[in-house]
Amino acid sequence: MFAEILVAALLVISGVFALVGSYGLIKLPDLMTRLHAPTKASTLGVGGALIASMLHAIVWRNEVSWHELLITLFLFLTAPITANFIAKAHMAEKLKSGDLPPTGTDRDWATLDMSEEPVQPEMTPPGQPGRPS
Amino acid sequence: MIAAALTFAFACYGIGVLICLWRVIFAPSIPDRVLALDTMVVNMIALIVIYGIAIGTGTYFEAAMLFAMTGFVSSVAYAKFILRGDIIE
Repeated sequence: MFAEILVAALLVISGVFALVGSYGLIKLPDLMTRLHAPTKASTLGVGGALIASMLHAIVWRNEVSWHELLITLFLFLTAPITANFIAKAHMAEKLKSGDLPPTGTDRDWATLDMSEEPVQPEMTPPGQPGRPS
Repeated sequence: MIAAALTFAFACYGIGVLICLWRVIFAPSIPDRVLALDTMVVNMIALIVIYGIAIGTGTYFEAAMLFAMTGFVSSVAYAKFILRGDIIE
């Protein structure tokens, strides 16, 4: 009975979160704000559904199912990467260098940097002989 | 009670998929379409998992896992293509 209440509550919560995430996709005004809705709310909704599925498998079928944990881990790992790539595509398509805050270094943002030479970090270890400091 | 919750969750995720489809068709920019496709994949994974709960089998998790992997790879490939004009440089 308690497990039934828990599974039902998790399913309802996950459905509400996913609906909020999908509605935010059409409601929010800008693409940078629209990125928040699916990456946070929908991922949380899917996590709720997968936990409900695990509980259901444990209680009703008497078997521990680890597939859901794999899917949850994979989704939670990949959703930020996808959002980062979409944000970079948006930056490359729409924004110019003056629209963004300064990076704090002498180079521009990596997406908008048009210079050819790669970034050379300072690799000189301290105390190495024969290198001019 | 679980049957009612399953129906509610089916309805929520179905409306979510429809909203994403609307967004894919009428999107203001190209990254919006990619974002809507990615959200649609996430909603579809949840639909598959909830269908597995409703049927009462563990057969559908491999399908959900494959959906997650191909959805991630296709979203990243789309975004990379928009970003650089090429996928594998």
